[in-house]
Parts: sequence; C-alpha cells; structure tokens
Amino acid sequence: MKILVPVKRVIDYNVKVRVKADQTGVDLANVKMALNPFCEIAVEEAVRLKEAGNASEVVVVSIGTTAVQEQLRTALALGADRALHIETDQHLDSLQVAKLLAKVVAQEQPGLVILGKQAIDSDNNQTGQMLAALTGMGQGTFASKVQLADGKVLVTREIDGGLQTVALTLPAVVSTDLRLNEPRYASLPNIMKAKKKPLDVIAADSFGVTLSSNVTVLKVAAPASRQGGIKVESVAELVDKLKHEAKVI
Amino acid sequence: MAILIIAEHNNLSLKSETHKVVQAAAAIGGDITLLVAGFNCKAAADEAATVAGVSKVLLADNAVYQHQLAENIAALVTEVGKDFSHILAPATTSGKNFLPRVAAMLDVAQISDVIAIESADTFVRPIYAGNAIATVQSSDRIKVLTVRPAAFRAASDGNSAPIEAVSAAHDAGVSAFIDEELTKSERPELSAARVVISGGRGMQNGENFALLNGIADKLGAAIGASRAAVDAGFVPNDMQVGQTGKIVAPDLYIAVGISGAIQHLAGMKDSKVIVAINKDAEAPIFQIADYGLVADLFSVLPELEQQL
Ligand SMILES: Cc1cc2nc3c(=O)[nH]c(=O)nc-3n(C[C@H](O)[C@H](O)[C@H](O)COP(=O)(O)OP(=O)(O)OC[C@H]3O[C@@H](n4cnc5c(N)ncnc54)[C@H](O)[C@@H]3O)c2cc1C
Repeated sequence: MKILVPVKRVIDYNVKVRVKADQTGVDLANVKMALNPFCEIAVEEAVRLKEAGNASEVVVVSIGTTAVQEQLRTALALGADRALHIETDQHLDSLQVAKLLAKVVAQEQPGLVILGKQAIDSDNNQTGQMLAALTGMGQGTFASKVQLADGKVLVTREIDGGLQTVALTLPAVVSTDLRLNEPRYASLPNIMKAKKKPLDVIAADSFGVTLSSNVTVLKVAAPASRQGGIKVESVAELVDKLKHEAKVI
Repeated sequence: MAILIIAEHNNLSLKSETHKVVQAAAAIGGDITLLVAGFNCKAAADEAATVAGVSKVLLADNAVYQHQLAENIAALVTEVGKDFSHILAPATTSGKNFLPRVAAMLDVAQISDVIAIESADTFVRPIYAGNAIATVQSSDRIKVLTVRPAAFRAASDGNSAPIEAVSAAHDAGVSAFIDEELTKSERPELSAARVVISGGRGMQNGENFALLNGIADKLGAAIGASRAAVDAGFVPNDMQVGQTGKIVAPDLYIAVGISGAIQHLAGMKDSKVIVAINKDAEAPIFQIADYGLVADLFSVLPELEQQL
C-alpha cells in the first residue's frame, strides 16, 4: 500500500511573527521557514507504518514555489521515498489545495493519505477534511493513534470530551494531532541520501483546477496587545487584588 | 439572509457553544435555523427551541447521526444547507471535523475560527496562533464559518421556536464509530467556565495536579493544562489549552508552572484577568499577566487554597 503525505512549508514555530506595517500580511522576509510541525508528524507516522511492513511506499507532496523543495527534502530525509512538487507562485486557500491534492490522489491511488490537522500559519484546519470530501473518502481527523487492520484503518481521535475511535474503509484520510508520535531527527547520512531521491515537479495549472479563491484578505493587523500587570509579593496580596481590584472572585 | 447553525449537543442536552454561535449569527442578521442532528436527541432539540433569536429548529433524529460521524453529518448539512446564505458551527472538535467537508461538497471556502462579524460577508479571524488578526471578505454564494465560542457572549433563553423533523438519513458507509473514552468530571467545562486554573510542566507529575483541585473547588473553576503537561502524561489531552487545544476566555485564568509559550498564550490571552504563578521571574507568562507571583508553586498553592 502506498501512503501519500501532503506537507506545507511554514514559518518556524519558534519565530515571533510580525505584521507588516501596511497591514497586507505577515513579514516573512528573512524569516526561518520549516516543515509544519503537524506535517512532520504525518511523515513520521507514514514512515513508521512502512517500517512496520504496513506500507510499501511513502510519497510526499507539497504545493508552492521552488522553496517548498527544501521541506520535501526534509521529508525525504525523514524516510519518505519520493516527492512531488506542485509548482505555483499563487497563494492558495485550503479548498484549492484540496482540489489539487484530489487530482494527485487520482493519479497516485494511495491506500491512505496522512496529513497534518492544521498549518500553524493560516491555522485553518480544513485541508484533510476537504480532500476527504472531494475524493469521497472517510476521514479520521486529529489522530492520536492509527492502526491498520483488515482493509480498514482504526483512528483514535482527540475530541473535546476525550478520545473517540472510528474505523474507516480504505482508502481514507487521516489528519494528525500532536501526540500521534514524536518525529525522529534526520541523520546526516539520511540527509545526504535524500538529495538523491526522486523529486518530480509538476505545474499546478496543468491539473485544470481553478486556483483562485472567493475569499479576499482585506487586512492583517497585530492583535490588541495586553499590558503586563504587576507583580504581587504574597498570596495574601494576590487574593486581595483579585477580590477588591479585579473583582473576579 | 438565512442562516443555518449546526447545534452542538450530546443527544441529551444542548452545549453552551451553540448559544454563542447564535449570538454570532445575530450579528450577521437574518433568519436563524438550528439543525439538531443526532439520535434520540429530541431533548436537545427541545432545548434548542428555547434559544432566543432562533426561528426554527430542524431535528434529524436517526441512528446514522448518533456519533456525529463527519461523513454522515456533512452529507446531511450539505443537503439541508444548500439554500441558506450562511452555514455556521462552533469551532469545536466536532464543528472542525464536519464543516470543512460540507464546504468542499458545496464548492465554497470555509472561514475558520471567526472571532468577530464585520458584516454579512466580512469576518475577522486569528492566524499565526493569534499573533495576527485577519479581516477577510467572501464572495462565495454560501458562507461557511466555524465560530470561536470564546469570542462571543451566549444568546439567552426564553424562546419557543417550532421544531420540524428532517427525515433524510445519510449513511456514507465509509466510517463507523468504535468507542469513546470521555473524561468524567464534576467540574465546569473548560470552554464554559468562569474561572480556569491550569498547570504546566512545573507541576512535575499528575499527582501534583491534586494541588489545583481544592482551589478549583473553591472558585468553581475548570482545570486546564499546557501541552507539556499533557505530553508528559500528567493529565488527559482534553485539558490542553492553546493554539491546538481549547481556546478559553474566562473572567479569571490562573497559570501555574506554565512558561507562556506563544502556542499556550493563543488559547488564553483573551481572558479578562490573568494570574501567573511561576518561580522564574523572567518567564514570558509574566509579560501578559495582570498579577504575577514569583514563587515556588508547591509552597503557594496550599496557601492560596487556604486563603480563598
Ligand atoms: C505546533 C505546536 C502546537 C502547540 N500547541 C500548544 C498548545 O495548544 N498548548 C500549549 O500549552 N502548548 C502548545 N505547544 C507547546 C509550547 O510550545 C510549549 O512547549 C508548552 O506550552 C510549554 O508548556 P509549559 O509552559 O508547561 O512548560 P515549560 O515551558 O517547560 O515551562 C514550565 C514552567 O514552569 C515553571 N516552574 C517549574 N517548576 C516550578 C515550581 N516549582 N514553581 C513555580 N514554577 C515552576 C518554570 O519556571 C517554567 O516557566 C505547541 C507547540 C507546537 C510546536
């Protein structure tokens, strides 16, 4: 069985983002970029399934400018076998990404698609669900455990009240939560090997998908900043302030 | 404008998140219909009918909707919702699960985690873990939104809207519910509590979370945690507050042994009053805390419980 893992290049999670002065977006010039943490977990899970003998090939795919090849190489160094770069300079929304991925699914015919539940830049949490809708597959979102058995995948999902387990008919889409696994570090030999693994580039407009979205960003502003308050010296002072100043207890 | 809201409930009763979404819908303006999809969920529909501002409740009561499987709920919502101008659900793990599927089936975008309504087509939402706030406008024929409950007040009760049955039974046949492990707690739910007290890695282990219990009891608080505390296995995942956990905005948030990483702040920085207890005076949490106490949590927590 082949596993397809769509991944995204995003700002590194340690970077403190700054909004551009003209409010058109976030300043990404000279900012450290990385594989989205949830995507890294998705790659790790796919590689583990392969190592356990449950999958034959792990294919990673990313959509964007040539820069995304850096993250595809990272994924290859983590153990993916082959990469696809869907090239476009255009900014895409989740629906357009899902439509392109649905085309890739039709071509590659994976038995399972594993992807991150959200990208830490747009924080949308949509692509996996949309891809599942467009391909008619079942979806196991926010996964903290994935098991393959008898042509099905059992997915334990992190939900507001606790955990829920669902069984999905294959092929299916799984989106990863943080506790699914702890991704390995790519070793130097694997980073070297990754440079030689196949990476195919396909133009996004060759799929016949409309890439424009009906949603326009009017402005991006900095959040209302919170004033730091005071330090209290004792528990007694804290309780007094909460009672008489803040009046919240 | 005709707005369809997918109600959040557990078949027995309506969740407070639904009231918050109704409030958001009222800001859009227009006729509000609530869809209660579940199994043996008449009681939840009865409650939905009392929410102020709702003109009709649709009740889809069928075994295929019992566990809110995204595939079945999305097929139902797509059918019921196709003539509405807006489809809304709370940005809970349930809404986040089925609503993007609905949007894709309707071939429209979803706008996630809306925190303010500017007009019927313009919405405000946080991006980059809340470090930037985007205002977006949609020209899609149906606007599909998840609404962040913590950003809206709850609509009141006192209504008696008519309830209409929907017979459509959609079973996509690709997914099945196996089981559920729900955390049982006598405390208020994190997302609805007026006071939240959260512990981080500084708590050292799960047993020490008991130090928060007495304080939570006295304040009627819910107990939360940082991701580090959840990852270390101190407490279950449903207690996580943050970018990828629950978003809370209580009147009082007490962070204990939590450093204040941006991903944690994303989940609580809209709280009215923030208290931080941390032994490191340089911890970033103090930059946003209204009241900071630089101290060892093991000595001050018992004291705090006693003085409340
Ligand atoms: C993609 C992604 C998503 C994430 N999402 C979330 C999320 O949703 N929620 C979240 O919380 N995190 C999230 N994180 C993790 C986040 O980056 C931090 O690692 C995490 O919040 C740290 O938790 P902490 O503050 O408990 O631990 P630490 O950063 O280790 O802080 C522990 C604090 O306890 C203090 N302390 C220790 N002992 C004592 C004592 N005896 N008395 C008083 N104080 C003491 C220390 O001074 C320190 O400040 C995410 C990370 C990533 C990459």
